[in-house]
Amino acid sequence: MDWGLLITQVLNGMQLGVLLFLLASGLTLVFGIMDFVNLAHGSLYMMGAFFCATLTEWTGSFVLAAFLALPLTALVGLAVEIIVVRKLYRRDHLDHVLATFGLILVFDTAVQFIWGPAGTAIPLPEWLDGRVEILPNIEFPTFRLLIIATGLVVAIALYWIVTHTRTGMLIRAGASNRTMVSALGIDIGKLFLGLFALGAVLAGLAGLMIAPITEASIGMGNEIIIVAFVVIIIGGIGSIKGAFVAALLVGLIDTMGRSFLDSFLKLFMSIQNAETSAPAISAMMIYILMAAVLAFRPQGLFPPKGR
Amino acid sequence: MFKRLMLSAAAASLLAMPAMASGGHDKVKIGFVTTITTGAGIIGKDMVDALNLAMDDMGGKMGGLEVDLIVEDDGFKPGIGKQKTDKLIKQDDVHFITGYLWSHVLLASRKTALDSGKFLISSNAGPSQLAGKLCHKNFFSTSWQNDQTPMAMGEVLNKKGIKSIYVMAPNYAAGKNMVAGVERTFKGKIVGKDMTKWGKDAQLDFSAELAKAKASGAGAIFIFYPGKAGGAFIKQYQQAGLQGKIPLYSVFTVDSIALPKLQKGKLNGVLGSLNTQFWGPDLDTPQNKKFVSGFRKKYGRYPSFYAAQSYDMMYLIKSAVEAVKGDMHNQDGLRAAMEKANFPSVRGKFSYGNNHFPIQNFYLRKVVKDADGNWTTTIVDTVFKNHQDTYASLCKL
Repeated sequence: MDWGLLITQVLNGMQLGVLLFLLASGLTLVFGIMDFVNLAHGSLYMMGAFFCATLTEWTGSFVLAAFLALPLTALVGLAVEIIVVRKLYRRDHLDHVLATFGLILVFDTAVQFIWGPAGTAIPLPEWLDGRVEILPNIEFPTFRLLIIATGLVVAIALYWIVTHTRTGMLIRAGASNRTMVSALGIDIGKLFLGLFALGAVLAGLAGLMIAPITEASIGMGNEIIIVAFVVIIIGGIGSIKGAFVAALLVGLIDTMGRSFLDSFLKLFMSIQNAETSAPAISAMMIYILMAAVLAFRPQGLFPPKGR
Repeated sequence: MFKRLMLSAAAASLLAMPAMASGGHDKVKIGFVTTITTGAGIIGKDMVDALNLAMDDMGGKMGGLEVDLIVEDDGFKPGIGKQKTDKLIKQDDVHFITGYLWSHVLLASRKTALDSGKFLISSNAGPSQLAGKLCHKNFFSTSWQNDQTPMAMGEVLNKKGIKSIYVMAPNYAAGKNMVAGVERTFKGKIVGKDMTKWGKDAQLDFSAELAKAKASGAGAIFIFYPGKAGGAFIKQYQQAGLQGKIPLYSVFTVDSIALPKLQKGKLNGVLGSLNTQFWGPDLDTPQNKKFVSGFRKKYGRYPSFYAAQSYDMMYLIKSAVEAVKGDMHNQDGLRAAMEKANFPSVRGKFSYGNNHFPIQNFYLRKVVKDADGNWTTTIVDTVFKNHQDTYASLCKL
């Protein structure tokens, strides 16, 4: 067993996991508390990446650009809530899906108009572009470590907000019984607007963190949003804790599958069969996990109380 | 009532008659299927730009006939590519169905296109099936068979004395051909192989695979990642610290589409890296000079090989239309003319094999800075001379 490789892959899995968490936490808040299916959550992820790409070009600093891109993404989130989403809360889920699918097309085309079809790379400053020796002879890219750290900080902050503040109490109450919260005189409209913007910021943060690794490109959010939905279904819709655990689980399973499944299958299969079936099976594993969760614990691993 | 309808219909058709006689075939109709949307749309744009340049250079005419160019978007999906092929056959009734950026899209559209009796010309994808058992008298390629370019790379690796490689490619028809190609000629050991997810939701983060490659102790990494995945891969290869430890050899990854972006991202490690190809922007042929300078003048950037093949495709059709003197009904004449490959190609003179794939040279190219500081490739060596693909013997033409 190559321990160095195992440790690296665990870190890679965690990095993917926290990235999914950033995306899924916003999705689970909006879906769980506002009962709104937002397929266009991935578009906000894309907007974060593109804002950051342009701002990096203008300011010459990725870190500064990242901090400027977040409020911009929040503004987009606010605009989407006020112009489109607000009118849909009372409709059923099919209308949500239709409208937000339309939003995806609007965002993708808008990005094509503004930034062109090519996609934009984000150059990292030198101190982030290198590697850190975490253990003797085990190096890990600095930027990926930063993603893990950011994700953990956000997770702790969200946990603190949800469990220790008045806003968090409202969020939890909203997740358990929305009607009762509004009956108690809470301005649910404002709460929803704030939540939607928070979700947008989290999605934008995820987008601008992945863009320096891949790039900012059209439709980048449409691919990962499916996995984010898998995460919130496994974790329990509306639960931040569930989103965190499920995101790490999904990240680790996906990475471990890609890393070790082919060598594992070679133990009892021909090399050729193992090589062709390993990528297919590892792509399926997170969905198998979701199916298992739905079969044995349909409410998810950590459902909000009172549902 | 019915009689009157008949009469007016007859009158209408009479009126239309003269127009039909003179105008029925005064056009060459070319349908072109490629990817315009999704992240891969940038490649399709390069191809369409080349078609428009060719139209300009020809004055919009082939053998005195006007040319109708109909571009369709496959959305990077085989199913949609097939639908668009259907549309080009039934609705537009084109003479030539061309394009096909992706092997899986071409394979899905092949039957519909060839069953209609029309010509099918691939200006990129070269899946092994179409070169071998599924070859067809009406199918032509202006590119290459998928295996050939990686086979040339295998030879290069042998010459460099590399003993072991780690192979990575996307998991689809062309990816499998590329891996088979390098395995066929590379004499050393393949210590690891990853086939990653491809298509609209392609895998772009290669952290796990790069960690495996690093741990494998391979002498080199061989990759095939066309389009945006290539840029992402090279960036992560550098971030993971493999630069300078395990050299990177690629096919169809470092091209005129990826290089400007890599330059913008300041990925200096790619300068000096090697790849193989049938063509390069600096290839010294009269047609290539005309093409590259025209393309740079019109669009302000270097053309990619995708563009070069599309440009060649237009001249191949032109040569056939001229040979039959504009008689678009003369299928046999058109075919015989195309088989001769008697047109000015950007790659210089080449011939067609029995399976209608080019028999051509393959070159080793190096990434360099041009006089203006733009990153481009330059040809440093000829790896194969007049190389024919290995599947030609399976073709019964």
